[in-house]
Amino acid sequence: MLNIKVLGSGCANCINLEKLCHEVVSENGIEAEIEKVTDYKDIMSYGIMTTPGLVVNGMVIHSGKLPTKSTLTHWLMSELSKQ
Amino acid sequence: MNSNVSLNKEKLKVLIPILLFPVGILLYLNLEKITDLLIYSLIGLTPKTPLTSAIWFFVFEVPKVLLLLTVIVFVVGIIRSYFSPERTRKILGGKKLFAGNILASMLGIVTPFCSCSAIPLFLGFIESGVPLGVTFSFLIAAPMINEVALVLLFGLFGWKTALLYMSTGLLIAIISGYVIGKLKLERYVESWVYEVKAGHLESDKEKISFTNRINAGIDAVIEIVNKVWIYIVVGIAVGAGIHGYVPENFMASFMGKSAWWSVPAAVLLGVPMYSNAAGIIPIVQALLEKGASLGTVLAFMMGVIGLSLPETIILRKVLKLRLIFIFVGIVAVGIIIVGYLFNLIY
Repeated sequence: MLNIKVLGSGCANCINLEKLCHEVVSENGIEAEIEKVTDYKDIMSYGIMTTPGLVVNGMVIHSGKLPTKSTLTHWLMSELSKQ
Repeated sequence: MNSNVSLNKEKLKVLIPILLFPVGILLYLNLEKITDLLIYSLIGLTPKTPLTSAIWFFVFEVPKVLLLLTVIVFVVGIIRSYFSPERTRKILGGKKLFAGNILASMLGIVTPFCSCSAIPLFLGFIESGVPLGVTFSFLIAAPMINEVALVLLFGLFGWKTALLYMSTGLLIAIISGYVIGKLKLERYVESWVYEVKAGHLESDKEKISFTNRINAGIDAVIEIVNKVWIYIVVGIAVGAGIHGYVPENFMASFMGKSAWWSVPAAVLLGVPMYSNAAGIIPIVQALLEKGASLGTVLAFMMGVIGLSLPETIILRKVLKLRLIFIFVGIVAVGIIIVGYLFNLIY
């Protein structure tokens, strides 16, 4: 079970990242809950300065750019294998 | 076996840009001849009619600017892979005014940054102790001096204008940030900003390989060229229309040197206009050709690119209205001074 958080205040890339997460999760049958974090104070608490940010199980994986689908799949799969 | 194939693929990624480079230069240097050949010999248009000169302008400028853009964005993409907002913040933390403003303005050019990250960046800077005025220098320089603007200025006006734009843009960012710092306007920052506690992020110290930097360059080309090519084509099309059909010296009466009010008017007109550098510069070039003066045109361009309304509205989340007005006012005055200065020199 993965807990995925997408950090961003609603810019185009943040919305796209959330969509991409839903796609990857459903296509690979990953059990996950996807949350959106839009409050700046909460976003900042993860220590990032560029959006969108991607947090999986409390760990910042990436920030600042929209990853490609294959990269995102790779990240989520490797996080899953850690469990 | 498998790793061998992927190794070759990596090598190929480095090789392709290197091989394409001379082809691009050759094309760039011969573009005028190729355009002549295409317009006069192949299509057989009559020279010196407004339509022909507009078409010639379009057919020549579009590939030229796109070629330049690809090369410069690629190089800038590689340079930017050496910088990050986190690193910039570390460098600027606790810096004194002035020296900090100079550094922040220059880092504003090379740090990868998109306007949608303006707020988290602002919060991150302030939280880690970067002075307000220094933060502003960064926020002014970053959008104003961007690679797309520089490419277009270089391609359409020549290197002198590009350099002039860059140095005056830097100067405005340095001085505006310094003035904002001196005025001690911290009380006009929304109070919640100072309550933000940024989490500690372990910055990954892993070395980026050169192949990955090349990849960063390629990514930048795909991202930026994809985003701006349409503006460039439309901008050059409008510019081509002006080039062919607007009579010589048409602009001189209201955007020329003799009209003293033209510089502030250009800035007033430019600020609410939302366009990126890609769309505005080809139009500006055509205006200049028809008798508008460089200072006025430069002021207009800086108003459009450097002080955009949507970005200012985003900043309202962290700044009280008063500080927004002061910020816009100071930058606008800086741009107007630059405009007059250039009208005086040229």
